[in-house]
Amino acid sequence: MAGVPGSAPALELRGITKRFGDLVANRSVDFDVVGGEVHALLGENGAGKTTVMRIAYGLTHPDAGSVLVEGHEVAIRSPRDAIAAGIGMVTQHFSLVGPMSVAENLALGRASGLRLDLDAARRRAVHAAERFGIRVDPDARVADLSVGEQQRVEILKALARDCRILILDEPTAVLVPAEIEALFATLRSLLEEGLSVVFISHKLGEVRAISNRVSVLRQGQMIGTVAGSTDERELARMMVGRPMLGVERSAGAPAPSEAEPVLRIRDLRVDGAHGRPSVEDVSLGVRGGEILGVAGVSGNGQTELMAVLSGMRRPVAGTVSVGDLDLTGADPRQMTAARVGRIPEDRHASLIPDLSVAYNLVMERLDDFRHSGRIDERAIRAHADELIARFDIRASPDDRVAALSGGNIQKVLLARVLSRDPRVLVVSQPTRGLDVGATEYVRSQLLARRADGAAVLLVSEDLDELLALADRLIVLYEGRIVGEMSAQEADREQLGMLMAGRGRNP
Amino acid sequence: MTLLIDLLAATLRNATPLVYGTVGETYAERGGVLNLGIEGTMYAGAFVGFAAALATGSPLLGLVAAVGVGLLSGAVMALLTVTFGANQHVSGIGLTIGLIGASEFANRLIFRGGELQRIEPMPLINPLPDVGPVSAVFSQYGLTWVAFLLVVPLAWWVLQRSSFGLEIRAVGENPEAADAAGVSVPRTRYLALMIGGALMAVGGAFFTLALLGSFTLDIIAGRGWVCIALVIFGRWRIGRGVVGALLFSLIYSLQFRLQILPGFGDLPFELLLALPYLVVIGALALSGRNVAYPGAYLKPYRRS
Repeated sequence: MAGVPGSAPALELRGITKRFGDLVANRSVDFDVVGGEVHALLGENGAGKTTVMRIAYGLTHPDAGSVLVEGHEVAIRSPRDAIAAGIGMVTQHFSLVGPMSVAENLALGRASGLRLDLDAARRRAVHAAERFGIRVDPDARVADLSVGEQQRVEILKALARDCRILILDEPTAVLVPAEIEALFATLRSLLEEGLSVVFISHKLGEVRAISNRVSVLRQGQMIGTVAGSTDERELARMMVGRPMLGVERSAGAPAPSEAEPVLRIRDLRVDGAHGRPSVEDVSLGVRGGEILGVAGVSGNGQTELMAVLSGMRRPVAGTVSVGDLDLTGADPRQMTAARVGRIPEDRHASLIPDLSVAYNLVMERLDDFRHSGRIDERAIRAHADELIARFDIRASPDDRVAALSGGNIQKVLLARVLSRDPRVLVVSQPTRGLDVGATEYVRSQLLARRADGAAVLLVSEDLDELLALADRLIVLYEGRIVGEMSAQEADREQLGMLMAGRGRNP
Repeated sequence: MTLLIDLLAATLRNATPLVYGTVGETYAERGGVLNLGIEGTMYAGAFVGFAAALATGSPLLGLVAAVGVGLLSGAVMALLTVTFGANQHVSGIGLTIGLIGASEFANRLIFRGGELQRIEPMPLINPLPDVGPVSAVFSQYGLTWVAFLLVVPLAWWVLQRSSFGLEIRAVGENPEAADAAGVSVPRTRYLALMIGGALMAVGGAFFTLALLGSFTLDIIAGRGWVCIALVIFGRWRIGRGVVGALLFSLIYSLQFRLQILPGFGDLPFELLLALPYLVVIGALALSGRNVAYPGAYLKPYRRS
């Protein structure tokens, strides 16, 4: 199926180099994709995958290097040039205008005179539906569509511009499994038409499922190109530079003592929308040296439970205590004083993106760095330098948090919380959106806190994560605990049933 | 009956500058730029239009000059907010202060202290057949006819039905998406601001070239700000904005007529003068909640 041997690749990048300040995002990267092939670009977050493809699409300008289409060098200064050269890209954040209809989005940028030809856009939508099986209602408002449908509109947009090379940036990150299958089916039909697909991802399974070839980027450098059938272990080794062992609660770790729980919640009730409680009759205890996993499909009370434990929301009824201290309705400051460390699911909302790493690291304890009203800049820097080294944060103290990758942002939050040596740690979705290396790091840090005797409450939608880390599991469904079990005894099928509300009584 | 006919005629007349201003501001804002330079642009349009008409003896050439100054004002606003990415509030207010100051300065230089200069204002025209007293409603200035019969439908059609209008709406909602689709965000915003500026300036010139035939200080008297409110009241839709302009103008025209009615003689006239503005505030408070602003409102766009 791959291109004719000897013929030029559909798209070729040569010696692409791009610096952002001191950071080298791409270091002389070579890449090519031939007709009728899916060529995956694999790498961790921040490896430079998106940057190199944004360059191919004219959204970013390279410091050096050239772009060739069908063997001819093309000057790509803007997406308009890229589109003219037959390159289409579906960016991670969709480039769609929400309040407009699908047809209007398809017509955008196709100016031919003043007249806006929405009928032509509709015809193209119908045509694409017949040819590629991409079904979207052309008159629907984009903002009303599901994420999977919006992605189809994006692909349709590229195809409507006669693109021959389609770049997809982490297309599956926002999709549910059934939608991923549909996407892959679409891609296969595109390949039959001789199109080329560049598939940016950091998920090994997907890459192997769809790709003919895989190229791996690490810290801006091209590590190598291998066949799509290469086994996961090898791909992971190329991606992170070492074999992935996976972090797991070691079997030999001491079982939590039968002592009294450190964190105790009794009969908790939190109000939700429409007068229905979003958390009801939740009672639980977490002992020191134990990780209690909270499983459940999102929207079943996890967010509200976390909000109470973060001091951001008052429960209607019930109590929360740590040791002998009653923390019912405590505010964030009281929570911090009681050594309750919180890592909420929205990590961006827990940091101030425009402030430096150093300031964010002292945000919860500014008083310790203040002498008679003056901030001790030197101490804040020293503190930042220490935590950056200790938690392997790839940033300098003066970098704005907004400029960091997702993994490093989570490390800043982790460093801020864990450096206070919390007695109780409440964590939600700690590895969502992180790459393999950062995920491994975050998980190992949680296990280290457990080994140090902290009581850890871990909310996650990732069953693998819960099964790997937690000692005990509870399942939340519609705000109630519908199941509780030890992680060793847990079986996936049963958990799935409980999460879907089909469980027997706990 | 005569009173009602007179009121309707005045409503259309007084709504005219507001219609130009509101449509112009709608173009700027749909493109993602809040143009607070509107008050100054109307003011400059009024002055430059008048000065040019006086110099050439032709109100039409005055109008052309006003359009020119409006285009220029829009281009300056675009230079500040699109090219330099400056804060839109500050740029707009600065532009207004600058244009009012420049107009008054030029006014002093050109018409140094002499008696009030006048031009022969544009005539009232009524192309419809005479159907008795009601015909008075349709005896309007050419600019009023153009506003309602040409500018409003055309501006609506361009914004909603043309590919250029689609581009304006796209750069105002999601400039990244427009850019990725190959639309030039700076070019589109420049054009939207310049078209908007030209319309605002015509709205200002209506006072000197048609309504009054002369230029006086503080001639715009906050009508540009009223247009800003009308755009929000109209939820960035041309049709609703025009309805807002008519409503404001109706109350504005009504209160003048109330002032001379015997029953209202005891009321302070300032209260009646304030009435249309109070209605705008009330209407905004009621209809301005939960409105969907253009997605890229106030945000400069920079490709990374």
